[in-house]
Amino acid sequence: MTTVSMTVNGEAVSADAQPDTLLSEFIRETLDLTGTHVGCDTSQCGACVVLVNGDSAKSCTMLAVQAEGADITTIEGLATNGELHPMQKAFHENHALQCGFCTPGMMISAIDLVTKNPDASEAEIRHGLEGNICRCTGYHNIVKAVSAAAAEMKG
Amino acid sequence: MSNFQYLSASALDEAAAKLKGAQDGALLAGGMTLLPSIKLGLSDPSDVVDLAGISDLAGISVKGGSVTIGAMTRHADVAGSSDVAKAIPALAALAGGIGDQQVRNRGTIGGSIANNDPAADYPAACLALGATITTDSRSISAEDFFTGLFETALGEGEIIKSVSFPTAEKTAYQKFTSPASRYALVGVFVAVGSDGVRVAVTGCGQGGVYRESGLEAALGGDFSAGALDGQTVSGDNLMSDIHAAADYRAHLIVEMAKRAVAACG
Repeated sequence: MTTVSMTVNGEAVSADAQPDTLLSEFIRETLDLTGTHVGCDTSQCGACVVLVNGDSAKSCTMLAVQAEGADITTIEGLATNGELHPMQKAFHENHALQCGFCTPGMMISAIDLVTKNPDASEAEIRHGLEGNICRCTGYHNIVKAVSAAAAEMKG
Repeated sequence: MSNFQYLSASALDEAAAKLKGAQDGALLAGGMTLLPSIKLGLSDPSDVVDLAGISDLAGISVKGGSVTIGAMTRHADVAGSSDVAKAIPALAALAGGIGDQQVRNRGTIGGSIANNDPAADYPAACLALGATITTDSRSISAEDFFTGLFETALGEGEIIKSVSFPTAEKTAYQKFTSPASRYALVGVFVAVGSDGVRVAVTGCGQGGVYRESGLEAALGGDFSAGALDGQTVSGDNLMSDIHAAADYRAHLIVEMAKRAVAACG
């Protein structure tokens, strides 16, 4: 057992973890932030994507100890003071979710994408979201939402 | 999932010592292969030595006709490097097509080549460009480095420091991906350099990455996609699996080579 410290959604957290505790387990079971979903647990589906120092990462394929000192953002960290993040607003307005299981990871990946490429084309959005699978196959509206959010985030 | 001990290191010799002291140690670079392997029970190390704290293992430098990439440099950093894009455009493009964005944000060049997955992208670039792999004890040419499926010339406890790619006059990489995994079903890297045309193929060989000498000879006299018309590749030493039969892969090698030559401009 070792103590792991990191910043999660702006708050400093410190808790015990085993060497083999996955970041996804640490977030969901230790921190009780269950908005980060675990779908395949084999780094395919992207439901577990969180931001690690501003870069999207599959938290099921990272050890909690690898996030020592890191700045983590999960889906719970997007809204501020009850105000939805532009990506959340765009997903809502464009009906970019059906069952909602992939949505947390999809939005975090999309935020990574449009933060680094504010003028992403439809093709670039589709390429950038290759690591996130929507089993409802609702990709069309997801791409629309990401484009809308990109425009909104550019201001 | 496993009972390994996690060890961090802030210097290369510290990592080497910790690895040596372990009963059955494994190096952790980006973890994109090691962690899934541990989760699946394919790997069960006693100790995992994390290289992430060794800052001088990451970085890109371009000088004197070569691009040197530190072993812990992430695919996303190679893909996004304007220096790499200028010096060896196909190398930056190759890095930008590995896995998905989340894999590129964690996976490293050192981890990729040390693993030598037969469908990985980087080995094709190493072989086509005649890269040199520098470890903590020696330099190894790409020709000698990749020795078989998931096998390399790395000795026990040897750690990759960097990979140097000579620049080339023309480069292009084309791959036909498995739609599910995005691994190369067939990947062909074509380079025109100081020692002529080199064509490296990944995703196909029963022994991993290799050079397709027949296509190299055809392109040596006439570097054009048309020079590959009617060329065939034998499927005898190619993999057959649920994704593609050997003869289909053989066909795709020629097609991907044509596309790569066309992309060279």
